[in-house]
Amino acid sequence: MAEVTKMIGKAIKRREDPRLIQGRGNYVDDIKLPGMTYAAVVRSPYAHAKIKGIDVSRALAHPGVLAVYVGEDMLDINPLPAAWQAGGVKNVAVTPRALAVGKVTHVGDGVALVIAEDRYTARDAVDLVEVEYEPLPAVVDARKATEPGAPLVHEAAANNICMEWECGDAARTSAAIASAEVVVKEEIINQRLIPTPMETRGSLARYDVATGEFTVWMTSQAPHVMRLLLTAFVFGIPETRLRCIAPNVGGGFGQKIFCYADMAFTMWASRKLGRPVKYIEDRSENYKTSTHGRDHVTEVELAGTRDGKVTGLRVKTWANLGGYFSTIAAGIPTTLYGRILTGVYKIPAAHCKVWGTYTNTALVDAYRGAGRPEASYLIERMMDRFAAEIGMDPAEVRRRNYIQPQDFPYDNGLGLLTYDSGNYEPALNKALQMVDYQNFRHEQAEARKQGRYLGLGLSSYVEICGVAPSAWIGAAGQGWGAGLFESANVRVHLTGKVVVTTGSLPHGQGVETTFAQILADELGVPYEDVTIEWGDTLAAPFGYGTYGSRSLAVGGMAMHRSAQKIKEKAKIIAAHMLEAAPEDMVFENGRAFVKGSPDKAKTLAEIALQASLAYSLPQGTEPFLDETTYYDPPNCTFPFGTHIAIVEVDPATGKVDLKRYVGVDDVGNIINPLIVEGQLHGGIAQGVAQALYEHGFYDDEGQLLSGTMLEYAIPTAAMLPWYELEHTVTPSPVNPMGVKGAGEAGTIGSAQAVMNAVIDALSHLGVKHMQMPATPERVWRTIQSSKQAAD
Amino acid sequence: MYTNQFSYHRVNTVQEAISLLQKNPDARLLAGGHSLIPAMKLRLSDPSALVDISRVAELKGIRQRGNTLVIGAMTTHSEIEDSALLKQLCPLLPEVAHIIGDPAVRNRGTLGGSLAHADPAADYPASMLALGASMKIVGSNGDRVVDADNFFTGMFATAIGSGEILTEIHVPVKTAGVGMAYETMMHPASRYAIVGVAAMVRMSGGVCQEARVGMTGAGHHAMRLSGLEAAVTGKPLDAATLSAACKSLVRPADLLGDHFASADYRAHLVDVYAQRALAAAAGKA
Repeated sequence: MAEVTKMIGKAIKRREDPRLIQGRGNYVDDIKLPGMTYAAVVRSPYAHAKIKGIDVSRALAHPGVLAVYVGEDMLDINPLPAAWQAGGVKNVAVTPRALAVGKVTHVGDGVALVIAEDRYTARDAVDLVEVEYEPLPAVVDARKATEPGAPLVHEAAANNICMEWECGDAARTSAAIASAEVVVKEEIINQRLIPTPMETRGSLARYDVATGEFTVWMTSQAPHVMRLLLTAFVFGIPETRLRCIAPNVGGGFGQKIFCYADMAFTMWASRKLGRPVKYIEDRSENYKTSTHGRDHVTEVELAGTRDGKVTGLRVKTWANLGGYFSTIAAGIPTTLYGRILTGVYKIPAAHCKVWGTYTNTALVDAYRGAGRPEASYLIERMMDRFAAEIGMDPAEVRRRNYIQPQDFPYDNGLGLLTYDSGNYEPALNKALQMVDYQNFRHEQAEARKQGRYLGLGLSSYVEICGVAPSAWIGAAGQGWGAGLFESANVRVHLTGKVVVTTGSLPHGQGVETTFAQILADELGVPYEDVTIEWGDTLAAPFGYGTYGSRSLAVGGMAMHRSAQKIKEKAKIIAAHMLEAAPEDMVFENGRAFVKGSPDKAKTLAEIALQASLAYSLPQGTEPFLDETTYYDPPNCTFPFGTHIAIVEVDPATGKVDLKRYVGVDDVGNIINPLIVEGQLHGGIAQGVAQALYEHGFYDDEGQLLSGTMLEYAIPTAAMLPWYELEHTVTPSPVNPMGVKGAGEAGTIGSAQAVMNAVIDALSHLGVKHMQMPATPERVWRTIQSSKQAAD
Repeated sequence: MYTNQFSYHRVNTVQEAISLLQKNPDARLLAGGHSLIPAMKLRLSDPSALVDISRVAELKGIRQRGNTLVIGAMTTHSEIEDSALLKQLCPLLPEVAHIIGDPAVRNRGTLGGSLAHADPAADYPASMLALGASMKIVGSNGDRVVDADNFFTGMFATAIGSGEILTEIHVPVKTAGVGMAYETMMHPASRYAIVGVAAMVRMSGGVCQEARVGMTGAGHHAMRLSGLEAAVTGKPLDAATLSAACKSLVRPADLLGDHFASADYRAHLVDVYAQRALAAAAGKA
């Protein structure tokens, strides 16, 4: 019998690419419905202001305008929900309404909604709505917002503090710091980033007057969750009255997880007008009003011994949440940040305190990596600071503090689940070997003699993938108020074709390909015979969606388990067909046969036909091969690795040239190496961009100065070096496939590698720290002030 | 990102364009559209009519006329980048064209469009000043030729009058002993110049006989660094000379500054890039 070609582990090209690359995808804005109308939003030019009056008469009189609505019109629906509700934690969640009522809290806050026959008319009429504002003083900085006398964004939140949270052992950490041989302190800013998916966000809502049911096409990473939030919380209607569809989604990076005002106001207006309503934000609106990421101000102290052992870590972080509370905003700088702050190191005492604060800026929520890049940046920057302080090689300091292979499963003491598996030193060694570390140090010393500044930066990271275990993430102390399991239905149709419906859905990850590879191998069918269906609440029964690198480790495992159930049932039916006992059957490579008699086998297609025609089935066996799984893993997975960046800084201008980028990542077992590499490439690009280019920047009046792509620098291929990537493989014990996930690893591992390299390049001048992004002027000024200090 | 309403006219001759401009005083000429269309989408620009001159044959092409290279205003950046004639007789322009935007921008954007728009951070204006180029401008009362020195009059402002069209750019053919170079720091997002300096030097016996240096990006419009030109003329362009000459060339008070690069920093960069451009030009002479 010919061996079936295994698909798992094969670097096959993504099956979704031909249609997406050729512009033949189907995005929300491609959908046109009969009678469709277009919405445009009147948005606040002020960061903070009272709305004194709105005159819509001129806009209403404009030809082609169907209606103009203001916030007060929509008081029959509730504000958007806050999904993070940690028990025992102060949390004053003020969420946005479909349109602002009474006052605006950030530039771009929606004030009125124009509905017109076409998009241009709607946009023209926006300029005809006259809004009278009374501007108020604004605050944009997360820490300054808590200082006495700061403008108050919401009356309910004293000192602009939305939430206060902590983890770790405060007393032990204080003791460790007080008794330490060495303490290094730093103020570290993790600047605001704007996710910038290629497709901006939008919604198309259709209310069926006859049935009272809504359909919303949305740019969403979690359509099932949106259905729940919009019905049960916003509209107060049965969940079954809304169908949510996420068609092709052009990138998300987290920004498309959340519940947004446009979902609510298009639904509301469609019901009011009895016509479909489409809203697609333009790029300026995306930058001003869709969620941003990061934006932490942190005071950190790291304690250790002169021989390089870290003994304590104390962190205070002010996390900017923006003008309102976004869907799961507070879950990011807490569960996904504080609980993994000690990274790959065995640190005996750690404590983290977080204040989530309101400011007059766009809302902040999850952005690729979500909390973990901030944590990883912080500890890796401080490991370098510590190494410099005690005069030890930064690679050696890392080595001396790694969690060791025998320590797994490892409990870091910060309220996280145990790290599943890891072996950190081989990844470091491999990366050091790839850059020829000792030789580089020699080269660096020689270059300095010629006035050239070379630097090398290390980053050893660990992250949390497959974000789930409902019993953990949904528990009171974590506050996510969600299950985070995933569903998958697998069916083998009469013709032998396999269909999978899943709550995981792609917005660039290539899971149509990865999932089909898994099913092809598990069921022993041709890869081409497997179809993956996703993105529609009418298809998969439920799903928590795609984020937190969970598609494979949670969604993929749900279908893996359904495939096992299919095989079990197939064996029972095949036994009946072969007049054998079910317990004697084996299923291999798509065929069921009596153990030891593979010549007399029934193929899956034959079994599926038997199961579908159903005239002769074993007693008590239902027709059809159709199995659904709700998979809830016992733990998250913890990928890790070491990244190294090599830079050269131009002493005259401060410009940083990223010369080499080396990464050794361990994402567990790999299904498709090409897709893993692609995910790492994109992820590293975003981390490099945080280190060198991107900054969502507000002035003191709350105006977004990086509000267009002329100012906000997203990375392009021309700005990046050739990546040199390798892997180690430490399978996860959490799931049967041993996979971990790779969606965010690149971002989580990279920013600090680049910043550590920039600072290393300037270390001979006495530079110890610099904030991101390392723009030419910032680097140049750092060089100048170091030189002055030396004079 | 939705423009106001406007009418659109595609013309085949310069005369047609001029007569349309006269009929519609707030009409704008559309060349490659890479600056005008984004401005219209942001509603920063609101013309009632666009006159599309991108297909006017007489505005295209690069040819040699004696000691002058004549470049049609609607010549695209990529045509300049790839021109064998320019690579041989005025290598600076292909070098500059090569770093503008990305291939998509270079395939649409035009030299004339860029010069007429006069973005203070555009790359070409510095090289026009360094090369001693001149611009042919045509209007209903005939045509005139304006030196680059008198062409850039302010931020987004040029010597082109209302109802007039920039039709040709005239660039001297490179002579013996001449070297030219453009050195720039570009903004990572827009890829426009934070500071860009173009230098043209004529060397003889190791000594600079003539220098022309144009600066863009830092100020309200591209300008000559005349003091620097005088300081290096008659001298060898070695590191010591250049380093001494390129000090405090411009005053920060006269420059633009923003969150990415302050006026002080730009003033410093002008010194750095002027030195680099002169050194590179001398190296090619």
